[in-house]
Amino acid sequence: MLKTKKSMTEYISPLVKDIPPSGIRKFFDLVSGRKDIISLGVGEPDFVTPWHVREACVYSLEKGKTTYTQNAGLPELREVIAEYLYNQFALKYEPANELLITVGGSEAIDLALRALIQPGDEILIPEPCYVSYSPIASIVGGKAVGIETFAKDDFKLTAESLEAQITPQSKVLILNYPSNPTGGIMTYEDWLPIVSLVEQNDLIVISDEIYAELTYEQRHISFASMPGMKDRTIIVSGFSKAFAMTGWRLGYACGHQDLIAAMLKIHQYTIMCAPVMAQQAGIEALTNGLEEKDRMVESYNQRRRLVVKGFREMGLDCHEPKGAFYAFPSIQTTGLTSEQFAEKLLEESKVAAVPGNVFGLGGEGFIRCSYATSVSDLNEALERIGNFVEKYQ
Amino acid sequence: MFFIFRKGETPMNDFKLKVLELLQEDARRGADIIATLLGASEEEVLLAIQEMEQDNVIVKYAPVINWSKVHDDKVTGIIEVQITPERGRGFDTIAERIYRYPEVKTVYLMSGAYDLQIEIEGKTLKEVAFFVSNKLSTIESVLSTKTHFILKKYKQDGIILEDHEDDHRMLISP
Repeated sequence: MLKTKKSMTEYISPLVKDIPPSGIRKFFDLVSGRKDIISLGVGEPDFVTPWHVREACVYSLEKGKTTYTQNAGLPELREVIAEYLYNQFALKYEPANELLITVGGSEAIDLALRALIQPGDEILIPEPCYVSYSPIASIVGGKAVGIETFAKDDFKLTAESLEAQITPQSKVLILNYPSNPTGGIMTYEDWLPIVSLVEQNDLIVISDEIYAELTYEQRHISFASMPGMKDRTIIVSGFSKAFAMTGWRLGYACGHQDLIAAMLKIHQYTIMCAPVMAQQAGIEALTNGLEEKDRMVESYNQRRRLVVKGFREMGLDCHEPKGAFYAFPSIQTTGLTSEQFAEKLLEESKVAAVPGNVFGLGGEGFIRCSYATSVSDLNEALERIGNFVEKYQ
Repeated sequence: MFFIFRKGETPMNDFKLKVLELLQEDARRGADIIATLLGASEEEVLLAIQEMEQDNVIVKYAPVINWSKVHDDKVTGIIEVQITPERGRGFDTIAERIYRYPEVKTVYLMSGAYDLQIEIEGKTLKEVAFFVSNKLSTIESVLSTKTHFILKKYKQDGIILEDHEDDHRMLISP
């Protein structure tokens, strides 16, 4: 018997209560505990964090490095990140005041939106996209405005579709290239018209570049490296994908010092600092882990070729993903919805993939398949999906 | 499966190196899969493999076996051997005399305190000891031997034999 005057849910803020249940969560419940399936639904590397990184963390613990760090993160870590970003992506950030270490890229996204958004502000989000942007936008009182992207454009953001959604309330544009779930990327030329629109409409950009290192056959172009964009862009990134460090929850944000200072203000009261052991590991990853990172990227690239070829051979339309570790084939020829396809595939063929509709506009009719899985599992999964598709085509 | 390769006469190009790496991961992989993984044609891969087999770069395709699971009664000794090199022929002739014994599994020429390192397998300690005292030490140029016995193999040729790092990932994540 509740000893409160109202039911507990009535105490919950509408901002939180009104967030629709996560579609991916529903699917997660479906597969949970299943041991008999091959999962292409995993959004993280299949590599364990390289041993030298784990060992460096253990060593730092043995040395008693167990205290709080500076709110913005260990100075040494910020310095190696600044150097890394300069060497890899020609980005120049001052470690002292333009860089903030966060608990995963997720915290950085939350901080950036909280620092920027007032009720009523609109947040432009190209979709299909990572499932967290829109809920965080709502939590901070903003209005998420989806911008549909299409397979025919390789899921790139086009100026026309962006412009169509811009209103006087538009304040922030969230970018996520290379993209989860589509694997789409943006080149220098692709960015140019977006740069003009961002300038004309005085938008601030949150660029989630967590997959920046995972591009294939071409280098990642950071939006912040585009002419005039550095000051109005907050880069969000981290160690999870490129260094196989998802569970460490280590990310960072870079941007104009005033924006970073505002984010730091929230971070210092809510988080204090990212875990010191993860920060120590991060220093090791960036100092001695670049070769290992390249080796992992090469391995994803090989498997990317395998799955794209596999899907195309079974007659599914599959745009060529040039980044991240996802393929996003169309399953429209089967006549099934994404959810039906994913659920039947799980039941009949024991392969898990994530239905595209959970990623927002433009995701219906597609499934997200992570190729961060062993070659033998990928081959087996492709064969099973092939047989499944044959039945429904 | 793994295979042993030697640096051949022909310089390795990048493509061949990648083929080798993929075969070293799994030597049962077909040329079609390797071709797909590398974005090449099957013919290119077959040709590269054929050339490397001819050049003795790929010497053999053999499985990596954890023999301790098969039988416990095998004894492996590592023997450090000091020898006097032969004029004009260096260490090679003596190395050859040693590696021709089938019970000798590996022979390395070493820098440092001794010259050859030999790995030898026998059914019993006695058998290995007999090889050292009767066959190895009696070779004229052998000055001294030091025998160590392997108690347990944890890792071999880059492959961890005992424990596996299981996949701890959740089946679905965003």
